[in-house]
Amino acid sequence: MAEEFTIETKGLKKTFVSKIKGKKNEVAAVRGVDLRVKKGEIFGFLGPNGAGKSTTQKMLSTLLVPTSGFAKIAGFDLKNQQDKIRKNIGYVSQAGGTDAGATGYENLILQAQLYGIDDKTAAKNAEELVNRFQMNSFADRPAATYSGGQKRRLDVALGMTHRPQLLLLDEPTTGLDPQSRAYMWGEIKKLRDDGVTIFLTTHYMDEADKLCDTIAIIDNGAIIIQGTPVELKNSVGADLITLGFADQNISAEVKNLLTEKFQPEKIDSENNSVRFYIKDGDRALPEILRALDAAKLAAQTIALSKPSLDDVFLKYTGRSLREDK
Amino acid sequence: MRSYQNMKFLREIKLMFVRNLRQTLRSPIFIFVSLFQPLLYLFLFMPLLNNLGGVPGLPAGKTVQIFIPGLLVMMALFGSAFVGFNLIDDIRSGVIERFLVTPMSRAPILLGRVLRDALVLIAQCILITVVAIPLGLEVNLYGFLASLILYAMVAVTMASMSYSFALIYKTEDSLAPTINTITLPLSLLSGIMLPLALAPIWLQDTAKFNPFSYAVNASRALFAGNFMNTDVALGFGIMFILMFVIFFWSLNSLRKID
Repeated sequence: MAEEFTIETKGLKKTFVSKIKGKKNEVAAVRGVDLRVKKGEIFGFLGPNGAGKSTTQKMLSTLLVPTSGFAKIAGFDLKNQQDKIRKNIGYVSQAGGTDAGATGYENLILQAQLYGIDDKTAAKNAEELVNRFQMNSFADRPAATYSGGQKRRLDVALGMTHRPQLLLLDEPTTGLDPQSRAYMWGEIKKLRDDGVTIFLTTHYMDEADKLCDTIAIIDNGAIIIQGTPVELKNSVGADLITLGFADQNISAEVKNLLTEKFQPEKIDSENNSVRFYIKDGDRALPEILRALDAAKLAAQTIALSKPSLDDVFLKYTGRSLREDK
Repeated sequence: MRSYQNMKFLREIKLMFVRNLRQTLRSPIFIFVSLFQPLLYLFLFMPLLNNLGGVPGLPAGKTVQIFIPGLLVMMALFGSAFVGFNLIDDIRSGVIERFLVTPMSRAPILLGRVLRDALVLIAQCILITVVAIPLGLEVNLYGFLASLILYAMVAVTMASMSYSFALIYKTEDSLAPTINTITLPLSLLSGIMLPLALAPIWLQDTAKFNPFSYAVNASRALFAGNFMNTDVALGFGIMFILMFVIFFWSLNSLRKID
């Protein structure tokens, strides 16, 4: 049986053209994205700010018209079946979209009405959503009074009002406190368990790692690599060793020594520490320490870690995901 | 199928209108603030005109009759010109995006707003007129009711223009100077404060290019009870066309939003 894909894109491009001081200025925000999101999975778009994540989502949610490329969403063609797509997807933007002057109930009721649901059913539906997302304690207060976590809950409830099969989330936990983040992750997993396909964007490694079934890393408008978190981390093929020294001079010297002797995949000295990638780090470490001893360079701290998604990003782009925040 | 689309369209206008009206009624501060200015003109400026009676365009003892219909057009012009700011709030909070992702038609997003703006403006016009009656205003009732339609058209035109710029700029910093630059010459060249009969010929001729000067003339004619009048026909005709043109421009700005 053929694999069912909720989202399929090929060569999706978006170039913004603007006139600055009379000269035409072109910004290629998305440079040809090929995506396949399986039905019922949580798919994550991981990348630094400005990578083109939100722009891609806005195209998929019909808010932006692609400059070129093909996309099929929930089985419908993006170019000429936008109305059908809108009926089958939910989109929660980074800003959220709640009407601050209205209560949670009023927001939910209007949202349902906009999907063609009659007034009575809309009211019942709002009640169900309030229960489902545990908003009972604040749903009758105006949204302007909500905390960040409460507002985000309402945002997601609004996106799910019409029970779409696909939910697009743009940076769902940015700006939330740890408790609200954990709650949101739980909710996203629950939605997936209920059969909803979720496509989220994030610049948080741990979010992509813990939450997503498949991740695509995007940088500068193009997908760098795509796969499950385990696949991506294994592709780095090297472990990370971090050595801490007394000062910058020593760490610079160590960097040169190690580069010469061990030819690590990537080596970097930052302040008083040296970070480098080497295959089978657990075997290399004792040899490295012996080499340092022989050169009379004493390491103060040692750490050995298996690759993280930041290492994946670093390997394929030469930059750290963390730097870009 | 066609009538289903129409029902859906009308329902969406109603939903947007109710939402916008509810928003206004919950924070009515703006309505009162925008009433403040016309009331100031009424009590602090109009008395000055009384002593100017006898000058061309201002027959003695009738300055109130000349001033009020002009003032109401000014209220419609200025009051509605700044509604774009509330749209910028909605854009920034993501509300407009949320609406655009639903299967709703695009036009009701704006129609629900301009109808709310027209309603608020009409209420304000009625209030100011009622306040002016003890100050000596004599108004033909049917003329007044007809003029309300005229003011509503001015309001819809200016509101649409404001929304269009709001959709293009998306920030307050660019919107405010643009609106100010446009509304001031429009109001100065329309004979609102003082009749244009007082102006040099070149100024009077320039005013002929300002669509709102025709609205002011029509307004004054209706207050005097003159229905079958070229001024009234011109005023309604020009405002009707302008309203449609500007509204479709704002709709286009909405469709092109990035």
